[in-house]
Amino acid sequence: MSITLLLVQGLNGLQLGILLFLIAAGLTLVFGVMDFINLAHGVQYMLGAYLAAAFAAWTGSFWLALLCALPAALAFGLLLEWLVFRHLYDRDHLSQVLATFGVILFLNQGVKLLWGAAPLQVPMPQLLSGGVEIMSGLRYPVYRLAILGTGLATAALLWLVVERTRLGMLVRAGATNAPMVAALGVDIRRLFMAVFGFGAMLAGFAGVMAAPILSVEPGMGDNLLILAFVVIVIGGIGSIRGAFIAAIMVGLIETLGKSLMPDLMRLFMDASAARQTGAALASMLIYIAMAAILAVRPAGLFPVRG
Amino acid sequence: MRADWPAIGILAVLAAAPFVGFGEGHMLTLLSRGMIFGIAAVSLALIVGGAGLVSLGHAAMLGFGAYAVVILDKAGVTQAHVVLPVAIAAGAGFALLTGVIAIRTAGVHFIMITLAFGQMAFFTAASLSAYGGDDGYTLYGRTEVFGTRFLENRLNFHFICLGALALTWLVCRLVLASRFGRVLRAARENDLRVQAVGFAPYGYRLAGYVIAGGLGGLAGFLLANSAEFVAPAYVSWQRSGELLFMVILGGLGGLHGAILGALAFIFLEEYLAHAVGEHWRMVFGPLLILSVLFLRGGLAGLPMSLRGLRRG
Amino acid sequence: MAEPLLDLRALRKAFGGLQVTDGVTLDVVPGEIHAIIGPNGAGKTTLINEITGRLSLDSGQVFFAGQDVTHLSMAARARRGLARSFQITSIIPGFSALENAALAVQARSGSSFRFFRPASSETLLNKPALEALEAVGLAHRAAVPAGALSHGEKRQLELAIAIATAPKLLLLDEPLAGSGPEETERLIGILRGLKSRYAILLVEHDMQAVFALADRISVLVYGRLIATGDVAAIREDAAVRAAYLGEDEAA
Repeated sequence: MSITLLLVQGLNGLQLGILLFLIAAGLTLVFGVMDFINLAHGVQYMLGAYLAAAFAAWTGSFWLALLCALPAALAFGLLLEWLVFRHLYDRDHLSQVLATFGVILFLNQGVKLLWGAAPLQVPMPQLLSGGVEIMSGLRYPVYRLAILGTGLATAALLWLVVERTRLGMLVRAGATNAPMVAALGVDIRRLFMAVFGFGAMLAGFAGVMAAPILSVEPGMGDNLLILAFVVIVIGGIGSIRGAFIAAIMVGLIETLGKSLMPDLMRLFMDASAARQTGAALASMLIYIAMAAILAVRPAGLFPVRG
Repeated sequence: MRADWPAIGILAVLAAAPFVGFGEGHMLTLLSRGMIFGIAAVSLALIVGGAGLVSLGHAAMLGFGAYAVVILDKAGVTQAHVVLPVAIAAGAGFALLTGVIAIRTAGVHFIMITLAFGQMAFFTAASLSAYGGDDGYTLYGRTEVFGTRFLENRLNFHFICLGALALTWLVCRLVLASRFGRVLRAARENDLRVQAVGFAPYGYRLAGYVIAGGLGGLAGFLLANSAEFVAPAYVSWQRSGELLFMVILGGLGGLHGAILGALAFIFLEEYLAHAVGEHWRMVFGPLLILSVLFLRGGLAGLPMSLRGLRRG
Repeated sequence: MAEPLLDLRALRKAFGGLQVTDGVTLDVVPGEIHAIIGPNGAGKTTLINEITGRLSLDSGQVFFAGQDVTHLSMAARARRGLARSFQITSIIPGFSALENAALAVQARSGSSFRFFRPASSETLLNKPALEALEAVGLAHRAAVPAGALSHGEKRQLELAIAIATAPKLLLLDEPLAGSGPEETERLIGILRGLKSRYAILLVEHDMQAVFALADRISVLVYGRLIATGDVAAIREDAAVRAAYLGEDEAA
C-alpha cells in the first residue's frame, strides 16, 4: 500500500463524502423540520442522473444537460411532494417508511421501463476531462477534483444560507421546534415545500455530477440512500454540520476500508480468504461505526433537539 | 377467547385448503410460502404492534435461519432435530447481539439501526462465496426428519408449515396476554409511566426482540426448505420492507391480521407478476402507497386489536 | 420526631446559566402530608423529577427510607416505595382502568418475565388493583378504557396507579390540576383518607387544599426554599407573604 494509492483513495473517499453530504443535507433537513422519513430521497438522486443522461443524449452537451436537469429534478421532486409526500406529514414513521418504499419500487421499475436495465453513459465535459498532477507521480482526474470543489462550495453556500439568512433561521428553528414556528405565524406549509424542494434539488445535483463517473442504472440510489441515512443518524438528525462531518467520515471509512481491509486481512490469512473477508468486513465497517457511535451517543454526534 | 375465532378460522381454512381444490402442486407451494411469510409477519407484528419497535431489518432473522440450513447442509448435517434448533438459535442469537445496541435507541434511530444491521447481514451473506455468495446456494433436498424424506412430500410440508404457523400464532398470542406482554404493551403506549411504577422497559423489549428473532429463524428454516435455494436477496432491505407491508396489509386485526397480510401479499405478488409481467412492481408500488394512505384503520387498528387479545 | 422517610440534602441543579434547584434541603416523615408551594416557574416539578430520578442532580443527595438513592434509576426508586403521580396525566390509554392499576400492582408482585399465563386473570393482581380503584372512588369504572375516562376520572386513576404500587411515600404533582370545584372536593377527601397509610409530598397551587391538608408546608421560590413550617407559621411568615401569598390573598 503505497502513499500515492492511499492519497488517491483518500481523495476518492472525500469525493464520496461530498456526494453523500449533498444527499444527506436534504434528508436531514426534511427529517429535522418535517419529521418525515423519506426513503425515496435516493430516487431523487437517481432521477438527477437519468435526467442528465437524457438531456445529454438529446443536446450532446454536458453543460446543457446540467442546466436542464436541475430544474427538471426540482419539478419532479415537487410533483412527488404534492402527489404523495404531503399526505404523510401527519402520519407515523411506519406509514412514511412504507409509502416512500412504494415510491422507490415504482420509480426504480419506471426508469427500467423507460430506459432499460442496462447502465447509461453520460459524457464527461471536455473542459473537465483528463488528469492533473497534484504530486510527483500522482495524477488525479480533474473531474473528480471539480466534484470536490463544487461540493465544498455548495456546502459553504448552504452553511451561509442556514446560519446567516432569515430563511435559514426559520429552517433551524423549524428543525428544533416546528409547531412553535407555526404558532409564531410562519406559513409552515410554504417552509416545508421550500425545504423539501431544496433538498430534492441538492440530491438531483449530486446525481447529475455523479453521472459521468458512476454507472447510471435502476436502483443506483438505493445504496447511497442507506449510506445517507447512516450519515444523518451519525451526524444527528436535523444538523447540517453533523451531516457534513458524518458524510466525510462515512465517505472516507467506506472508500479507505474497501482498499485497506483486504490488505489488513492478508496479515492473518491467505490471499483468497483475505480478499473475501476483507471485502465483507469493509462493507460492514460503517455499520459497525454507526452502531458504536449510537451505543455511546444515541442521538448522534450533533443532535439538534434537546 | 372471542377474539381468537378469526385466527382459528384462518388456520382451519388453511388446513382444509388442499382438500377443497387447492391441492395441486404449484398452489400448495404458494400456500406454504404464504404460511412461512405468515410466521415471519406474525413475529414482526409481535414487536411492531406489541412493543412499538419498527424493525426495518427483520429479513435478517429469516436470513440467519435460512443460512443456518445452508451452512449445516454444506457440512453434511441435514437432520431436522439438529438443523431446526440451530436455525431458531441463529435468529434469536442475532436478535440478541444486535438488540443489545438497537434497543438503546428509539424512534427513527431504531429503524435506521435495524436497517444497518440488516445490511451487515446482507453483505456478509453476499461475500460468503463458499455458500454461493451473490448467486445463492442450492439445497439438493430438504431437511430430513429422523432419516426420512418426510418433508419432500408437498402435502406433508404444507401441514408442517401450518403447524409451525399455528404454534407461532399461539406463542405470540400467549406472550402478548401474559405479564411480560402487558409490560411490553404498556411501555409502547407510555414509556415514562411504566418506569414510574417500577419497570425498566429495556429488558422486556430485548426479550421480545429475541423471541421475534427466534421465530424469524424458524421461518427462515422453512423458507430454505420450501425453495430449496437460499440467496442473499432473502436478507435485503427490500424484503424487510415487504415484511412490514404484510403486517400493515392485514389491517384491522391482531396477529391474525399479519397472517392475512402475508397470504395476501404472496398471492398478490404471484398474480401481479402473471398479469402484468416484468414490470409488476410499477403496479405494486402505487398499491403500497394507496394502502398506506387509505388503510388508516388498518394501521391504527393494530394496537387497538392487539389490546383485544389480552381480554381473551 | 420520627426518622425521616425522605431526606433531601442540598440538592442543586442548573440548566446552563439558570439555577433551577438551589440548595434544597427538606424531609418528609412517615404519616405526614408535606406540601410544597411556590409561584409558577419556582422549580417544583423539577424538584419532583429530581427526587424520583427522572432528572439527575449536579450535587446533593436523596435519601429514602434511610438509603442513598441519588444514583438509582426511576424504576429502581419506584420499586423501593417511591410512587409518583404526574401533573399532566400519564396513564395507559389503551388499557382499562383496572389494568392500569394491575400493571402497578404487577411491578411489586414478583417477576414479570412470565410468558404464558394470561395476566388479566390473575386475582393476585386484580384484587389489589380493584382496592386501589376503590380508594379513589373509581371502582365502578374499572372496565372502561382509560382513554375514555373523563378528565377528573383520569386524575383519580393517576392517583390509583400510584397507590397500587403499595408505596411508602406518595409524590403528588398538582393532583388537583384542572379540576372543577366538585372534583376538587372529592380529591381532597380522598387525599385526607390516604394520610394514615402513606407519607405524602404534595406539590399544589390550590391554597385552599394545601391549608386544609398539609401538616407542614415548604415554600419554593426560584429553586430555593425560603421557608418551612406548619400551616400557621407559613401563613404569618413575612417573606412568604411577600413572595407568594400576597398574590393569592384575594383567592
